[in-house]
Amino acid sequence: MSDTSIKKPMDMVTSKTSVSVLFAGDSGDGMQLTGTQFANTVAVYGTDLNTFPNFPSEIRAPAGTISGVSGFQLQFGSQAVYTPGAKFDVMIAMNAAALKANLKNLHHGGIIIANTDGFDARNLRLAGYGEENNPLEDGTVADYTVFEVPVVTLTRKALADSGLSTKNIDRCKNMFVLGILYWLYSLPIETTIETLRTKFRKKADVAEANIKAVKAGYNFGDETEMFSQHGRFSVAPARKQPGVYRRVTGNEASAIGLTAAAKKAGLQLFLGSYPITPASEILQTLAGLKKWGVKTFQAEDEIAGVLTSIGASYGGALAATNTSGPGLALKAEGLGLAMILEVPLVVVNVQRGGPSTGLPTKPEQSDLFIAMFGRHGDAPVPVIAATSPVDCFYAAYEAAKIAVEYMTPVICLTDGYLALSSEPMLIPSPDDLASVTPKFAKERKADDPPYLPYRRDARGVREWAMPGTPGLEHRIGGLEKQHETGHVSHDPENHALMTKLRAEKVERVADIVPDLEIDNGPEKGDLLVLGWGSTYGAIKIAVEQALAGGCSVAHAHLRYLNPFPKNLGEILGNYKKVLMPENNNGQLIHLIRDRFQIEPVGFSKVQGLPFNEMEIEAKITDTLKEL
Amino acid sequence: MTDTRSKLTAKDFTSDQEPKWCPGCGDHAVLQQLKNAMADLELKTEDVVVVSGIGCSSRLPYYVATYGVHGIHGRAMAMASGLKTARPELSVWVATGDGDALSIGGNHYIHTIRRNLDMNVILFNNEIYGLTKGQYSPTSKLGLKTVTSPNGVVDHPMNTVALTLGSGGTFVARVLDRDGKFMREVFKRAAEHSGTSVIEIYQNCPIYNDGAFDVFTDREKKADTTIYLEDGKPLVFGKEQDKGIRLDGFTPVIVDLKNSSVSKDDLWIHDEKDKLKANILAGFFDDPDTTENCLPRPLGIFYVEDRFTYEDALDQQIAQAQANGEGSLEELLAGNSTWTIK
Repeated sequence: MSDTSIKKPMDMVTSKTSVSVLFAGDSGDGMQLTGTQFANTVAVYGTDLNTFPNFPSEIRAPAGTISGVSGFQLQFGSQAVYTPGAKFDVMIAMNAAALKANLKNLHHGGIIIANTDGFDARNLRLAGYGEENNPLEDGTVADYTVFEVPVVTLTRKALADSGLSTKNIDRCKNMFVLGILYWLYSLPIETTIETLRTKFRKKADVAEANIKAVKAGYNFGDETEMFSQHGRFSVAPARKQPGVYRRVTGNEASAIGLTAAAKKAGLQLFLGSYPITPASEILQTLAGLKKWGVKTFQAEDEIAGVLTSIGASYGGALAATNTSGPGLALKAEGLGLAMILEVPLVVVNVQRGGPSTGLPTKPEQSDLFIAMFGRHGDAPVPVIAATSPVDCFYAAYEAAKIAVEYMTPVICLTDGYLALSSEPMLIPSPDDLASVTPKFAKERKADDPPYLPYRRDARGVREWAMPGTPGLEHRIGGLEKQHETGHVSHDPENHALMTKLRAEKVERVADIVPDLEIDNGPEKGDLLVLGWGSTYGAIKIAVEQALAGGCSVAHAHLRYLNPFPKNLGEILGNYKKVLMPENNNGQLIHLIRDRFQIEPVGFSKVQGLPFNEMEIEAKITDTLKEL
Repeated sequence: MTDTRSKLTAKDFTSDQEPKWCPGCGDHAVLQQLKNAMADLELKTEDVVVVSGIGCSSRLPYYVATYGVHGIHGRAMAMASGLKTARPELSVWVATGDGDALSIGGNHYIHTIRRNLDMNVILFNNEIYGLTKGQYSPTSKLGLKTVTSPNGVVDHPMNTVALTLGSGGTFVARVLDRDGKFMREVFKRAAEHSGTSVIEIYQNCPIYNDGAFDVFTDREKKADTTIYLEDGKPLVFGKEQDKGIRLDGFTPVIVDLKNSSVSKDDLWIHDEKDKLKANILAGFFDDPDTTENCLPRPLGIFYVEDRFTYEDALDQQIAQAQANGEGSLEELLAGNSTWTIK
């Protein structure tokens, strides 16, 4: 137990079940780092959490302006936390622009910790308030609890004898703020101290200065009347499943999922990829996994990204490519080739606002149609969608399993929200991961019957032939091929047969797709909220609240979009109405309507922002009223 | 395991599929010499993969009894790159054309060459789109009348050798489809070179661009319009070996060996390792049909450079990362920072 957790008799501590915090400042203020530190602390402390960074797409937008504001939002709680929070309870505003950009999303009565040094005339002007109008003084923040802290001044004072330059001292200011927050939420400072010691292993003076700043911030909270009169809060550790945890973002999880599947299958992992927001971290993470034998190939373009992967897959590697919407469009022809070659390939598509360049840093679910139909010819491929940052691991893993075991490209959809959000992941035991079993053709001798590259097993799946294996030499390509032999064939009946066989194979993936389960709510009732992908958290909370309010509503969430789980039709039939929230202009709703001839209620949000639970809950209420 | 099979011949590299190229097409000769070279190199059919894009020449993999993939238009180099990166031990050959490699696949072409993966690129240049029936290509001569250039081509033609050198090519050669034996030897040199070898083949399309290279292959003209590059040998050409090339500063000049005091010792000696001179040679690109007394078109190996290959460098990085053993699945799942909830 650390000394910092010893409470003074006068301490007023209010217990909370969850708190949402926003760290906001200039993109140079280190808000991502500060937020990450806080997230690590609450994770180790044992609460559940979910984080989401919000930064400008410009790398160095003008300092002090609204467009230069960088934010890091997180929610931590003693119960399960599914989102970073629709609105936040606490906002750290390092300057006037940070306040202006985010005030609308602070709960009424919420806490503002304002760095008053960032509210000088220059900052007020750059933020667009005007030099004479300080929002901290003119009533703008009258409805909130405001702690005015001259963070820079206090940090300089605390580190006056550190021997560091003023510039380097000022870099420690975010640690001072972090210290205040640790005090305010009764959290230990040890995790951060440990991290700082490791991070600045070779710069002891910098490490000590940062540590001193954290402690100074903590003590400032402890000793300042303004805080002590207000009292502090605590959030109890969550009752999570016992085990060993790590924190992952969706993109990290996707990368690890692919690598784990390759390891499990005994295959080399190859990733052909071209950098694109918000998918690049998958390439970056995998480039750092050489110890696991991962080969990454930063290609000259998106097309080469998928084609190098197809080449590697022909060579017997588990091949993947990652991208976002514009890149998926460019990969379309390559995917058609992989589909007709019938080689395994995983495409992790991190969706962002489209069409065209659209909103590169903002999430959307608008690539479902291109994933389903974005190839010429009859070219169905399995499509799977992740529901949370951690689920990106499992979705990528399952995509790889399907690709290898069904000899087909598979598209795994995540989005910019999942990609950059993080949450604790219970580390699975390797034994608990499903098997991934490639079926390689065996070497043939001169007297053996010839290898037929397109002979299929009962599931309609062909064998993979590893170049280098004697007796399996074969030539395949994008031209239509004769059934079984794989020779080029323009025969009309053969083309019809091959089209049918390829489609049936993909349909048969449904045999290993688990039945859809009702996540929450009654098995039969008035309303089913059917979601897919990253809307899981928001729908989950909205349905919980609606159920608590006595509504007859249930939640089911689709991970397998092609093929659908076999029992989907039956489940849809158990409710009077189906509500379908989607971060697009209505895509899954078309597939459901087409397949099951029902008329669901669509609910679209296309603002480059994820749904929040309030919006969905309100829509549930409205929909039930109209029944 | 020792291989008890006897040495393979070109026939062993012949697949059961009948080539469907037009009679008289230069592709037939290239296929034959490729199979000859593979047999000469004592390759095993199971260790070879021929990768291609789209076009007449890209049908080649179907006719070689090795592993083969016929890809999509322009992407052969990318597909081969992925294959070679994943499986460095395989012998990878790319069959591609002037449209496939230099037009729709131009981006992959330059980047593959600069990476220098160890593979052999056979670039069939017939200066026309054959499979789509006779549209002009990026290498078509100015003024060529085709179905898409009824008034003559106005696009400046691409100089394959110059592009390849400019992209950082480490083995650059040019041959004629009619020079069977020479081609076979160049293929073998290319295969033995560690890195991306490019062999541009001037290949006649008898249907849509017949005679495009007659000026270089015609018995009467050939000696004066071409020059065969040999490492360490002076640049001599002409019917009676009576002409040579000398460098005047950076400017190549044709000299008359018969009627002047210049001897062979004064000539430019070809040095395969000299990149600067290879670039000058690449510039011997004027059209003898339209340019009087132009420099002869060089044939043979322009340039060879020893440079590490992409796949070797990557494998070294992996070996280094695995110096203390390969990562386990447990370590992968756990990452760098964990905490325990009891």
